[in-house]
Amino acid sequence: MSASRDMILAAVRANAPRPAIPMPQVPTFDHDSPALLDRFRSGFELLGGTFVDYVPGSDLNAMIAERFPRAKVICSAVPEVTGNRNLRDVKEPAELDDVDVAVVRPAFAVAETGSIWLSETELGVNALGYLAQHLVALLDPADIVANLHHAYRDPRFPTAGYAVLMTGPSATADIEGVLIRGAQGIRSLTLLPVPRAP
Amino acid sequence: MRRLDHAEAASRFIADEKHEAFHDARLWDLRKKRDREAHGIPEWEELRRLASEIKEHTLAHLADYLEEFERNAVKNGVTVHWARDAAEHNQIVFDILSAKAAKTLVKSKSMLTEECDMRPFLERRGIEVIETDLGERIQQLDDEPPSHIVVPAVHKLRGDVATVFARTLGTEAGNEDVNYLAESQRRTTRPYFLRAEAGMTGANFAIAETGGFVVCTNEGNADLSASLPKLHIASIGIEKLIPRVEHLGVFIRLLSRSALGSPITQYTSHFRTPRAGAELHIVLVDNGRSARLGMADFWYSLKCIRCGACMNTCPVYRRSGGLSYGATYSGPIGVIIDPTFDIRKYSNLPFASTLNGSCTSVCPVKIDIHDQIYKWRRVIAERNQLPFVKKATMKAAGRLFGNPKLYRAALSATGTAIEDLPRFAIYNWFNPWGRQREVPQPPRKTFRQWYIENRTKR
Repeated sequence: MSASRDMILAAVRANAPRPAIPMPQVPTFDHDSPALLDRFRSGFELLGGTFVDYVPGSDLNAMIAERFPRAKVICSAVPEVTGNRNLRDVKEPAELDDVDVAVVRPAFAVAETGSIWLSETELGVNALGYLAQHLVALLDPADIVANLHHAYRDPRFPTAGYAVLMTGPSATADIEGVLIRGAQGIRSLTLLPVPRAP
Repeated sequence: MRRLDHAEAASRFIADEKHEAFHDARLWDLRKKRDREAHGIPEWEELRRLASEIKEHTLAHLADYLEEFERNAVKNGVTVHWARDAAEHNQIVFDILSAKAAKTLVKSKSMLTEECDMRPFLERRGIEVIETDLGERIQQLDDEPPSHIVVPAVHKLRGDVATVFARTLGTEAGNEDVNYLAESQRRTTRPYFLRAEAGMTGANFAIAETGGFVVCTNEGNADLSASLPKLHIASIGIEKLIPRVEHLGVFIRLLSRSALGSPITQYTSHFRTPRAGAELHIVLVDNGRSARLGMADFWYSLKCIRCGACMNTCPVYRRSGGLSYGATYSGPIGVIIDPTFDIRKYSNLPFASTLNGSCTSVCPVKIDIHDQIYKWRRVIAERNQLPFVKKATMKAAGRLFGNPKLYRAALSATGTAIEDLPRFAIYNWFNPWGRQREVPQPPRKTFRQWYIENRTKR
């Protein structure tokens, strides 16, 4: 390929420190952690997520309407919620600019950090998770792994084109350390522990 | 290149007590939060050891891992470019933008593009560049470089931000409400996300095994920059490589805990392939890194994951402000990286340290920062880059410490001198220690006198 490429690689090879140390094995650091949902919840809430208890059988459309009474555009990437904007009709991601509430189902979540995992498969359009004013996530409590070591061993990680570990709403403390939720992307992230349809 | 005078620049920062006091307290608070998180993880030290070993292993096999990364990235449909230095990097980025007729570039924070001084290069060629991280945007609008690698505007108070925003974004003059200021940035940046033809990110980690890379932000601005435009360019320093996806478990657990004292950044984003209908370009940048790799004492600085923990804990950094270092990288990590770019210009920086070692003890990848600072002092002295006063003083001190009789005579004379000398003889230009502080009252006798009286008589 390019001359620069060859020069960089040659310089890196010539200057490589010796002796080389072997690649270490990374354990999964398992501790006794029975209550994954509780640990997930405290991590999630620590970074500003809103955890809402879910009574099995409740009407999700009604719950969302009640929590976001002023929402005009609801875009759902899950079969459990109808919404009024069809993701399949979206040609350009910028069309999602007016979405008030988006609904997604993370493939899995991490108890240690309170993070949810979303890839292009779960988002449909990647920008959905960022342009919407509010994001609602339906998480099956059975989909929670203990820590990041387990998360990074999930086979979906290396095959996703895009994937995010999302932990709470967009946030900043860049001015005097004052915490602001909703810096750029979503203003709130709400999580409902809803099992997947059998 | 003129030698940078860190002490002089710091004295300007210190002159404003309100800013200095806030800066010191804010960064110390980050350090305390980091401690809380670190102490909450029983395997913390084990994670640091692993992180250090993974990085050292990777750097020893870096050429192989770079080739593996490139191979996989190309397989993923990514275009990979290589840049030897800043000029080549900037030209590559401009050429990619030109080929797509892109006029507007939204970007998330990247220390590498700061290092390459990319923004002015593109702006001179008609590209509008929008920094989208709030702190970085404040700095861009104020025409200042970032003063901290994680919190770029940490040296500013809300009044400063209000002034900058009123001047540049048209916010209400004098409205210093932080929510209002942040919301103003959100409102004015969003249209750029929606219409920009190109987006740019850096990378915190690049994974050889997948050809993918990871970007960590709290605002989600990297994701906005990458998920809307049809063109995504990622500039990545060659030292960001790690071998495998599972290694991310170690680094992501350490990064934000060390940086801000939070368990993870709000958004830890993994990019591997271009979106359908979009292009993804990666620019792998050397810019001095391969040369640094060959420096027996100093290649360890390439392990750095840019968390800023060493800056937050450093008593000199906290009280002098990042801009006083006059370099892209400030604080302890800057002190050991900057001289590799220009040893004369940055020859003063390794002296901006008390060698207390706090930086080394918080570093998540176990870089021996304070040892390296000491070693840089030696290199600078050997290359004759010491300023005259320091050199003359050191020479005199060397003679003194090398001769016990002379030393003892001088010591008791010093005690008398501090008590008897007029103030101008102590607090003058030749004695920087007397500039911001009172010289302590000398003890009545030296340790040696005390020892002879109390220990040798028995």
